[in-house]
Amino acid sequence: MPTFVYMTRCDGCGQCVDICPSDIMHIDPVVRRAYNIEPNMCWECYSCVKACPHNAIDVRGYADFAPLGHSVRVRRDEEKGVIAWRIIFRNGEKDMNLLAPITTKPWGKHIPQLADVPPPSDEMRDSQYLFNEPKYIRFDDGGLHTLESNKLQLKAGVYE
Amino acid sequence: MAYKTIVEDGIDILVCGAGLGGTGAAFEARYWGKDKNIVVAEKANIDRSGAVAQGLYAINCYMGTRFGENNPEDHVRYARIDLMGMVREDLLFDMARHVDSTVHQFEEWGLPLMRNPKTGAYQREGRWQIMIHGESYKPIVAEAAKKSADKVFNRVCVTHLLMDESKENRVAGAVGFNVRTGNYHVFKSKAVVVAAGGASNIFKPRSVGEGAGRVWYAPWSSGSAYGLMIGAGAKMTQMENRIVLARFKDGYGPVGAYFLHLKTYTQNGMGEEYESKWFPALEEMVGKRYLDLEASHVSHRPIPTCLRNHAFISEVNAGRGPIHMVTMEAFQDPHLEEIGWHNFLGMTVGQAVLWAATDVNPKYENPELTTSEPYVMGSHATGCGAWCSGPEDVSPDEYFWGYNRMTTVEGLFGAGDAVGGTPHAFSSGSFTEGRLAAKAACKYIDDGKGEGIRVSDAQINRRKEEVYKPMEHYKIYRNEITGGSVNPNYINPRQGLDRLQKLMDEYCGGVTVSYMTNEKLLNIGLKKLKLLEEDLDKLAAENIHELLRAWELKHRHLTSESVMHHTLFRKETRWPGYYYRGDAMKVDDENWHVLTVSRRDPETGEYTMEKAPCYHLIDDEPKAKAKAA
Repeated sequence: MPTFVYMTRCDGCGQCVDICPSDIMHIDPVVRRAYNIEPNMCWECYSCVKACPHNAIDVRGYADFAPLGHSVRVRRDEEKGVIAWRIIFRNGEKDMNLLAPITTKPWGKHIPQLADVPPPSDEMRDSQYLFNEPKYIRFDDGGLHTLESNKLQLKAGVYE
Repeated sequence: MAYKTIVEDGIDILVCGAGLGGTGAAFEARYWGKDKNIVVAEKANIDRSGAVAQGLYAINCYMGTRFGENNPEDHVRYARIDLMGMVREDLLFDMARHVDSTVHQFEEWGLPLMRNPKTGAYQREGRWQIMIHGESYKPIVAEAAKKSADKVFNRVCVTHLLMDESKENRVAGAVGFNVRTGNYHVFKSKAVVVAAGGASNIFKPRSVGEGAGRVWYAPWSSGSAYGLMIGAGAKMTQMENRIVLARFKDGYGPVGAYFLHLKTYTQNGMGEEYESKWFPALEEMVGKRYLDLEASHVSHRPIPTCLRNHAFISEVNAGRGPIHMVTMEAFQDPHLEEIGWHNFLGMTVGQAVLWAATDVNPKYENPELTTSEPYVMGSHATGCGAWCSGPEDVSPDEYFWGYNRMTTVEGLFGAGDAVGGTPHAFSSGSFTEGRLAAKAACKYIDDGKGEGIRVSDAQINRRKEEVYKPMEHYKIYRNEITGGSVNPNYINPRQGLDRLQKLMDEYCGGVTVSYMTNEKLLNIGLKKLKLLEEDLDKLAAENIHELLRAWELKHRHLTSESVMHHTLFRKETRWPGYYYRGDAMKVDDENWHVLTVSRRDPETGEYTMEKAPCYHLIDDEPKAKAKAA
């Protein structure tokens, strides 16, 4: 069913509803907890699993090709900037823990507020440059590649 | 309907769809339009939306001119070879010359790019790919877009573009509805950047039942990039160029890192190498220009993705399947084994779930591969999308009409999957295209081209009625039956999607017919699509969620019709392994070394097709090796 929600862990907070890219995590009006309303539109992207503050959401592989009895669990920590996975095979013979960074900087602090950077000059506007260019292309003093600089032409028809 | 109408007036730039293209556009627009009103409309939540919602383990488009690796024209040549010559080289060159500046900013924002400890350069996976820990790729770029935009409307599904009533063929904004509140949203805007997604789920998938969600491209990629632009009468190009992916079976886990970095390789069910035996006949079929075995051997020229698919499909049809990925050698190295698993966790968790469920340990067993159902998109090894203007310093006259990445509708720009002829842009290239479109859109406004747009209440109300019609229709006819989903007056979105997938599969070269079609089949397919269009007028939505599915289906339908017309128009088999025209089984450069361009008349629904010249980059002087500018 791709994602499913454990009855005893979900408190109906709706974080999964808020994040699901496919709009398939909804709150059941009777039990007031989240559930997957449309499993065949679930990508197993784990966005809801990662967002759930109670680890109440899990994934059971697609019924048409995945046998029961496996587990792929995750914890994502924005403060520490890491994500931790645990994969357990159906036969129990493989049990892996994998850790990966998710960012190298404090969350969002190093993204510029473009409203506050100096405005582009008229010359810049008339050029082909984008923000931070040409510097950020190669971190040297050169400019942007053009047909002329790279000694190229565009010619119609079959190329050889 | 009790739903409120919420009008957002005085927008300068409206970004429809906030995946990698849309976040790039929103971010960059603020720099060139300090005082401009920049608004984003996204049908999901910008933090996890679009094709990169679950993350990526590689950035597949990075030149590395900084490290002396590639020049932009090298990438253009690569994309050209891979797509059998059918690309927009002006747009590709432009994307490639800017893409590194995008990637360098991503690193500065905190995206973990791996470094090669020996060279200090980014860790290469292949010539164009660099490896990243990209679980949070999307939340990071979303942060950049949110900092730039005046407003981000999450959960607003854009259904139509608004057209200006004072000047023909000029865009004036968009409308849609909020997937939570149901409210009707009207955005009046001088310029619009369509950065919505390509299309999964228009061809019948191999999976049945639940597994239909495990499509290669995200299930929420509903072809809205095309649905919106085709609906507004924008010209489209290369829509026949759907893509088929060779991937790990059922989970569709990525193979790039396996081939390129782990050095795994494929073999048939007998444990034999199989590709090379199909190539001599294929060389005959496509011509030496596209597959030259001797030249490829000497120069390591890449073999186009579609042709490798062709060998795969042919071998399976010859009864020597399954095709296996030989992982047992690479996975003996614990470091490579870990990378193999991280690669899935970073971008296709479902494949890890499947291997855990089936006890597939690639260290002791070579996993199966398969070829997928076709997908329609414009940023992987395929270039479907709108016919857009290129940059003025690069594009020839036929490719230039004033503003970079502007479609043939004035004020309507594209980025990512929306732009045609620009394959191999991937995530970084799509973000870069968004930036280019945003700068051009600002210029369009500064030049006064968006002045005096007029949208009447009549247009707004007409669209409103149309948007909610599936819910009205449901209400009217639901109580004629006792219950259930069978009703003689309507179909629901799932039923419509099933019909679309079946007919696209059977008539337009899907997986059950081994990607084969011909003129007769395509003509029948077009008729059936018209009948489906009539039934889509009787689509029923029980609630707002189904209304979302209804509009996704309508966008998928418009996309499909365009694909069918384009496939019919191009009378050749340009990409064996993506699809075959059984009545024209060769590459025909004499007649078809051209880009296909279509327009659907928004009033009549009639299609017109034309050929556009295909320009290629050539060296000024033979063998002249360009240095950095």
